[in-house]
Amino acid sequence: MTLCEFFGCTFLAFGPAIAMLTLTIAQDPIAVITVFASAFFWLLSALFSSIIWLLFGLTGMSQEVQIALSVILSVLCQEGFRFLLYKTLTLLDNGLKNMLETHTHLIDRKLMAYAAGIGFGVMSGIFSLINVLADAVGPATMGLRTGSDKFILVSACFTLCFVLLHIFWSIIIFPALDQRNMVQIAWVLVTHLLASTLTLLNSSGHSMLAIIPNYILVLLTACVAFHAAGGSMNSLKAVIASR
Amino acid sequence: MSGFVSEATGLMDGHVDDSRVRGDLTDEVPDRHPRRPKERAQRPRTDQPSALNEVGGSSVPGPGGDVSADWLNDQEELRYGAQHVIKLFVPVSLCMLVVVSTMSTIGFYSRKDVFLVYTPFHEKSPLTSTKVWNALANSAILMVVIIVLTIALILLYKYRCYMVIHGWLILSSFILLFIFSYLYLEECLRAYNLALDHITAVLVLWNFGVMGMICIHWVGPLRLQQAYLIFVAALMALVFIKYLPEWTTWVVLGVISIWDLVAVLTPKGPLRILVETAQERNENIFPALIYSSTVVYNIVGTANNETTASSSGAQMDSPGKSLPSTQQGDAESGFVPSWREEATEREAARHRAIEEEEVQIRPRTTNRQSDVANELGLGGGDQAGEDQGREAAGRTPFRIRDDEERGVKLGLGDFIFYSVLVGKASSYGDWNTTFACFVAILIGLCLTLLLLAVLKKALPALPISITFGLIFYFASYLLIAPFADNLAFHQVFI
Repeated sequence: MTLCEFFGCTFLAFGPAIAMLTLTIAQDPIAVITVFASAFFWLLSALFSSIIWLLFGLTGMSQEVQIALSVILSVLCQEGFRFLLYKTLTLLDNGLKNMLETHTHLIDRKLMAYAAGIGFGVMSGIFSLINVLADAVGPATMGLRTGSDKFILVSACFTLCFVLLHIFWSIIIFPALDQRNMVQIAWVLVTHLLASTLTLLNSSGHSMLAIIPNYILVLLTACVAFHAAGGSMNSLKAVIASR
Repeated sequence: MSGFVSEATGLMDGHVDDSRVRGDLTDEVPDRHPRRPKERAQRPRTDQPSALNEVGGSSVPGPGGDVSADWLNDQEELRYGAQHVIKLFVPVSLCMLVVVSTMSTIGFYSRKDVFLVYTPFHEKSPLTSTKVWNALANSAILMVVIIVLTIALILLYKYRCYMVIHGWLILSSFILLFIFSYLYLEECLRAYNLALDHITAVLVLWNFGVMGMICIHWVGPLRLQQAYLIFVAALMALVFIKYLPEWTTWVVLGVISIWDLVAVLTPKGPLRILVETAQERNENIFPALIYSSTVVYNIVGTANNETTASSSGAQMDSPGKSLPSTQQGDAESGFVPSWREEATEREAARHRAIEEEEVQIRPRTTNRQSDVANELGLGGGDQAGEDQGREAAGRTPFRIRDDEERGVKLGLGDFIFYSVLVGKASSYGDWNTTFACFVAILIGLCLTLLLLAVLKKALPALPISITFGLIFYFASYLLIAPFADNLAFHQVFI
């Protein structure tokens, strides 16, 4: 049971990300490096978030408030680092452009956004799930720490949700920053805040209340991302028809 | 995988082109020269493969297609540069994977009972201050050992005692491949509670060890050789993790990267002296101890390509490997080879110094191959070299191409210390920390390669990576992990 649960939850949470990594990213060295760079930026944002969390802990506020506040700040922190990542990658791209005296982007902007999203998503997924999964393999995990027996499953569902959301957010925000499209930037910020604060409901035991709206957010954000990446109804039909 | 395939076919196509135009190559290349050199000067080292691309590009007919061809070339070059980074990412990750999985499944390597002789202070005291001076004293002793051995190596090299050096290397790889592998096998069997009779064990070990010795010191398929080198580095890392006391490991990691800096960058640094001597003699002292992303035989192909299309510029790949046939190219090729050599050297020395290590005695294979190549002469050289490579290494045009781009090399010492850091991080059972270290080290490696491209001089590979690794180990151990655990416990996602 434990091993089944481990594999089931691992592939539930990371299956899509693994598929994307192997099928679309692995072939392109530049994309792979982008993934690592963005994972590193996520790590930096996590570092800052945890410092903020510790500082809140010092003020002696109650744990719920501490977590709620640090979640909000950490969302802002992550988006800040996403912006920094965007800046860094753009700078690099422009630098290369000047150095090589060409006028086209050497790195495909869309691929860059997508790879950056995968790096962010996978890293955040790893940090939120991997220790839980490691516990899942261990001897006897049913009702981990007197909690619900669905604990790991719920965590895996949320991880999948956030991995996907991170990918979509990056796909949306990179072109939006290029074109200074404030609506889309705001969409990313608001949905990120919303998704994260919704998960605060989990600790009170109403995980269904959080899961369903979160997946609705995933679908909506997917549509926006599809649009932002230049997709349209017609191109979707064309893709389906060509099969 | 499919990426590799398409890459390979793309390159093969390019190659076909290339040999087709080889005849008029000499006419075309000079035309492009006046414009090119300036650009090339500004280009990062990772873009060196431009020789290859120019050759390919020159088959584009008119000046009309030039702009787009140029752009394509630039993009290709960028991709090649990035590919080299990946070619190091993969083996480094594999090595870490072996170490981490061993650490988490086999208790033997995380148990502290016996210690190296070089670390006489065992940090048994509960007092932090005592532990600190123990760790400092241990690492000071270790550093002295390393420095003394490095100097011994330089002296041996200076007075041309090659036999002694090779003997040393062969002996240490022998110890690793047989004795340490035996220990590893035994502990694996014990951890999984498997029974194995002595006869089978001896048979397996004998075959494994002998094959390893042949692959590493003589000839063998590239993949197999790389696999052995990775395994040996992983074994060495496990040995360090097991036999170094807790705090000493961390201090040693810090100190060794500083030593790396000093030895490579200061004007009188021992490794630098070593490298300069090697350059004077125009040879490749210790091609050993190096993980290389390309196969040796390919140099044959490269050498011939270069001599045939010698007008295409100075970016020789081969000199770093001391081919007699390419020594004329060596002189003009500036410091790129020297960078390579230096890297080799420094790794080699460090390793040797640290003691048991892996070795590839390249020159022997290389020389043999190049002799053959010389006999084949220039005309059919390209073709012949390629066939040679194909016979020897399996799949060719792709790799020959690679080598023109100059294969990337990383000392096994870097593998070892990266793996020590990650393995040590994983031994505390927190996977967040392990992943943080992994990403930090790879980013550090990336930055080192970037710096290499910009500065174009020998750079130590440890300092940036290890610094990042240490920072992120402690940061995530002390800060991120509690935060992440708290979030995971409350099922809050950010």
